[in-house]
Amino acid sequence: MRYEAPTTAKEAVRLMAGKAGMARVLAGGTDLLVQIRTDRIAPDLIVDIKRIAGMRSIMTKSGGFRIGAAVSGAELGEHKALRRAWPGVVEAANLIGSIQIQSRATMGGNLCNASPAADSVPALVAAGATAVIVGPRGRRSLPVEDVAVAPGRTSLKKGEIVEAIVLPKRAPRSGDAYLRFIPRSEMDIAVVGAGVSLTLDRNGVCTAARVALGAVAERVILVPDAAKALIGSTVDQAALERLAAAASAACRPIDDKRGTKKFRIKVAGVLARRAARTALARAQGK
Amino acid sequence: MGEMMSKVKVSTTINGDPVEYLCDAEETLLDVLRDHLGLTGAKEGCGTGDCGACSVVVDGRVVCSCLVLGAEAEGRKVTTVEGLATGDRLHPLQQKFLEFAALQCGVCTPGFLVAAKALLDRNPDPTETEIRFGLAGNLCRCTGYDKIVRAVQAAAAEMRKG
Ligand SMILES: Cc1cc2nc3c(=O)[nH]c(=O)nc-3n(C[C@H](O)[C@H](O)[C@H](O)COP(=O)(O)OP(=O)(O)OC[C@H]3O[C@@H](n4cnc5c(N)ncnc54)[C@H](O)[C@@H]3O)c2cc1C
Ligand code: FES
Ligand code: FES
Repeated sequence: MRYEAPTTAKEAVRLMAGKAGMARVLAGGTDLLVQIRTDRIAPDLIVDIKRIAGMRSIMTKSGGFRIGAAVSGAELGEHKALRRAWPGVVEAANLIGSIQIQSRATMGGNLCNASPAADSVPALVAAGATAVIVGPRGRRSLPVEDVAVAPGRTSLKKGEIVEAIVLPKRAPRSGDAYLRFIPRSEMDIAVVGAGVSLTLDRNGVCTAARVALGAVAERVILVPDAAKALIGSTVDQAALERLAAAASAACRPIDDKRGTKKFRIKVAGVLARRAARTALARAQGK
Repeated sequence: MGEMMSKVKVSTTINGDPVEYLCDAEETLLDVLRDHLGLTGAKEGCGTGDCGACSVVVDGRVVCSCLVLGAEAEGRKVTTVEGLATGDRLHPLQQKFLEFAALQCGVCTPGFLVAAKALLDRNPDPTETEIRFGLAGNLCRCTGYDKIVRAVQAAAAEMRKG
């Protein structure tokens, strides 16, 4: 195995695109190094992106945020403006692992590891985030929900790297939230995760919403029917019940030691409803 | 080159001292500390980020050294449990861990000390809940955690007195 720590995105792409056999990006390493140490993968080349200045920072961009792919969960949590605009995204990223893991783990790594249970991903999908991808043929943007295609598999092509995650400008009276169910209060993998983002008009009527679920399908899913249940309502009890039903209906989970299909389907509805309530309170400035 | 290609040359700072080493690309910082540098305070409990026995501080943030490559330490500042005491004087956390019997087998202790110091550096007056969350990445099979929490509270109180 060879280790490289380039200082520019261009050099990182050149290394990743070279014919080195299996090449892997190293962000925080909290998935990658576990996979290497447990002999699940044996890359020939590791490209550490943490020395690339443009991937280390959080910048405001046309009213939104551009979060470099090497920014850690701890750094996200310390960024006040980001926390104020997108509390759901930050709380989701901050759920990942312990303080030690937070010092290292990135949202780009969470996304590219392509686990259906990745905690930050439903919140990013609900937020309408896009991934900026740099590769041998230049840059492109992709909605975050189109990055993972199956457990452990992404739509990135050889040589491509997620350079940043972009969160759009926040409309007034908007709020987001993420909730997960785990059997203990820290350090576990989501049995179900739910992210909701919504916007209200001056009269408190919901004008836009996005709902995403984790750990209930082969990848994180956007649930347009659940969002439709909110749009046009004041996010009252009836709308929340319709949202929960739509969320449950969208699940196609597996049975495993963490939870049965039936349990996951039920909990997805409950969590989506509770996350929507929190997002609503945040949109109302409560 | 051949031979040299696979080895990475690293210059870093460990517990305030400049250190240079050669390591394999796949070696972790924990391997380097223990096997190359004789700093055996950090322990390997799991090797997969779950137990925190390998905790060290890199550039002001506590990490699992089993999930950091030795090569990544280039130009960084690393603090291990060996850097806590000043000469013969134990750090207040070390002193309180002794006084409160916050260890039995001791395998988890270096990791708890490093993580607790990192916690108190950021938050000198944590609540019990904050201490328990702050140390959730450190596992102990012996003590039941209560004595560890009391020791951290006592050390925090002493450190606030200055
Ligand atoms: C103890 C422990 C607890 C954990 N708890 C949680 C949890 O609660 N919730 C959760 O969701 N996850 C959890 N994880 C998993 C992991 O910490 C997260 O998925 C984390 O966000 C991964 O980020 P990273 O920067 O460490 O990724 P890395 O390990 O560096 O990378 C992960 C994968 O993505 C690829 N990659 C990384 N960055 C890029 C990029 N910019 N472009 C292209 N490919 C890239 C890598 O090549 C690798 O295949 C836990 C892990 C551990 C060890
Ligand atoms: S040995 Fe590193 S976390 Fe257990
Ligand atoms: S004292 Fe034995 S593991 Fe903590």
